[in-house]
Amino acid sequence: MLPELGHFSLILALCLCALLGTLPLLGAARGNTQFMGLARPLVAGVFVFIGLAYALLTYSFAVDDFSVTYVQQHSNSLLPLRYKLTAVWGGHEGSFLLWTFMLAGWMLTVALFSRTMPLAFVARVLGVLGLLSVGYLMFMLATSNPFDRLVPLPAADGVDLNSALQDFGFIVHPPTLYMGYVGFSVVFAFAMAALLSGRLDAAWARWCRPWANVAWAILTIGIALGSWWAYYELGWGGWWAWDPVENPPLITWLFGTALIHSLAVTEKRGIFKSWTVMLAILAFAGSLLGTFITRSGLLTSVHAFATDPERGIFILGILVLSIGGALLLFALRAPLLRGRFSFGLLSREMLLLVNNLILVVSAASVFLGTLFPMVYQAITDDLISIGPPYFNAIFVPLMALLVLALGVGPLSRWKKTSGNFLSRQLALAALASLILGVILPLLVTGAMSVGASITAALALWIVFSGLKDARNKMANKKSIAAGLRSLPMSYYGMQLAHLGVAVLLTGAALTTLYSQEKSVLLGVGESIDLGSYEFEFQGAKPITGPNFRGMEATIAVRRDGESLRDLYPERRVYLASGTPSTEMAIDAGFWRDLFVTLGEERGDGAWSMTIYVKPFVRWVWLGTLLMCFGGLLAAADKRYRRVRESRAEAAVTEPSAARSVDGIAGVRV
Amino acid sequence: MKPHRRKMLGIILFIAFGLSAAVGLTLYALSQNINMFFTPTQVAQGEVPAGQHFRIGGMVKDGSIAREADSLSVNFVTTDFASEVPIHYVGILPDLFREGQGIVAEGIVDAGGVFQASKVLAKHDENYMSPEVKAALDAAGASAENHSAASEGGSL
Repeated sequence: MLPELGHFSLILALCLCALLGTLPLLGAARGNTQFMGLARPLVAGVFVFIGLAYALLTYSFAVDDFSVTYVQQHSNSLLPLRYKLTAVWGGHEGSFLLWTFMLAGWMLTVALFSRTMPLAFVARVLGVLGLLSVGYLMFMLATSNPFDRLVPLPAADGVDLNSALQDFGFIVHPPTLYMGYVGFSVVFAFAMAALLSGRLDAAWARWCRPWANVAWAILTIGIALGSWWAYYELGWGGWWAWDPVENPPLITWLFGTALIHSLAVTEKRGIFKSWTVMLAILAFAGSLLGTFITRSGLLTSVHAFATDPERGIFILGILVLSIGGALLLFALRAPLLRGRFSFGLLSREMLLLVNNLILVVSAASVFLGTLFPMVYQAITDDLISIGPPYFNAIFVPLMALLVLALGVGPLSRWKKTSGNFLSRQLALAALASLILGVILPLLVTGAMSVGASITAALALWIVFSGLKDARNKMANKKSIAAGLRSLPMSYYGMQLAHLGVAVLLTGAALTTLYSQEKSVLLGVGESIDLGSYEFEFQGAKPITGPNFRGMEATIAVRRDGESLRDLYPERRVYLASGTPSTEMAIDAGFWRDLFVTLGEERGDGAWSMTIYVKPFVRWVWLGTLLMCFGGLLAAADKRYRRVRESRAEAAVTEPSAARSVDGIAGVRV
Repeated sequence: MKPHRRKMLGIILFIAFGLSAAVGLTLYALSQNINMFFTPTQVAQGEVPAGQHFRIGGMVKDGSIAREADSLSVNFVTTDFASEVPIHYVGILPDLFREGQGIVAEGIVDAGGVFQASKVLAKHDENYMSPEVKAALDAAGASAENHSAASEGGSL
């Protein structure tokens, strides 16, 4: 009964979304405030019914209702409760429900925190999101209903959640990634609302910026969590594989990064308008592309759901309709988007344009490498794959260029900056980072390394130029404390995010350059040296878990003869599915990770295993964490809230007929 | 030409130059990193140029896995049920590697006709068959379902 209720509430949500996607938009077009006013209550209803459906599916998992096909396919009575509750997103249908639920959550957030914006604008934003939800819900009800029953008889037990997914990473990665992904739908809706209303100005950019920043920050952390999870779970010792399904989030992220910078120009200078709107469309397209690739089965990947082509075509339909519609609207409204082209060849606008170009080119090249095999197959019928060397060859130099521009950007001025001024400002930072860049690797490792020197120099360039900029900003304050207090939150956000780039860059490059790994066969009591560490295999013993059995090895790690710690890698076999799985053992550290994955037993108690020493690998995620906090800090800047007060005052003090529609939202505050 | 027009032209030329350089380099990098995929039948018929690095996909033949006791070497045979190619690999195989499982391997064929794999991939979802392996089986006129059902006594 309850699953049917879930199904029913999805249908109700679809009906409400159909209303949401039409009435408020109509109201906004005709100036009908009643219709516009429906947007918020409708969103609340949509959220309640999708949330109810989500809760009911979760409940079916919690009580092992194996009469529901989706539950039966993705759970098992032995599965620990935390995985039963999260197995909801362990497969295609449920994860799509999560996706839709996230969108409903974002819509509700917009409905609640949009009092600063005119009602007509909010109605348009929510209306566009409602239309999107109609597409998603129809897709779910038509092709992927998670509440379908297993007929004629319920199964005795479930198939089990894919053993590779039974991990903490599975609990946190998909929801954060989806939340970030779907967040860009909100930014997309903002862009569409601006195009519909024809009002695309600095105020619009100011409304849009916090949302773009938050979506970007969450996507950043979502991608980082996926990378961290893959690193310790999949056990190939890497943190990024250029997997076809890793790439769309990255593409979205790159467009999103370009977007948050371009929005700054639109807000401060009122230009780059059409470019900003285009980036909003592209970032959204990236997120849809990600769904399409995972769910259509077009590409080979560890992420791919078992799929059928009908779904692929349906998602392609949503993609074509929404992006096509957006581009059509964009073309129709293009004359409105013209900004005055007035800035010098050396100016902050120009540097941000360079930033945008580099980010867009890198996104495009990742896109090309991801989809090329598909296109190639369609044309020649040959199957090919594009390896990581392609992506690295393109991506690494582009990012190096980006970092060079990053150092100059914050110090440059709007409109026009003199080259002399910039070189005076930055000469010391450039010199210091160059010299230290050459010296540091030599001091630490005792050997020259071009790669490490470039890395260190680029990372230090970000740090030193950032410090110089901060010093300039505080130059005429009485004390450092007073200076620090005077800087706005968004400035701290920018600095923190840029510092994150330096940390991420250092981690990514140094772990690639200096990692060591060795696959060996070790008998009991045998040991092997790797780097400055000695790993001794002390034997393996059987273990039993709630839903698995396995073997656990003990590896003693020593450095200079001194005992560091013991590592316990495991080999598991999950009882329900019979799937084998490796659980590696990691000694995580700020400067380096040590980790061991267990292979198989080869007679006489000897085991094959791979041992890794990975310097600086934690910096990859530390850097993304800083970037995420930076994005959130910037979104929390009080000037986005201050606008509300001034708008409210303006609405109260000058109620003119022309602004009455805008004013209503203001008065309600 | 008016000064602002000239500036505009400069910027457009700059962007056009940057973009075409980026596109050119990208396409070059792409052409350098294409990994072709071949089926065991194509390999057996000598369609693969000598010394080329490529990917091969098929099922692991039942009873073909031979591990050496004192090293990490593994030999096994991959098949599309029409032709077979022996594969040699040194290292630790993925969790889901087993007989009757679809795999994809990357490497080159040596002088003795053995595929020296530098990487072996097995998919993380057992029900999921890589499109490449599926294509290989389809090309050989064999459906995986029939074969796995047959080999498991029709238990599917």
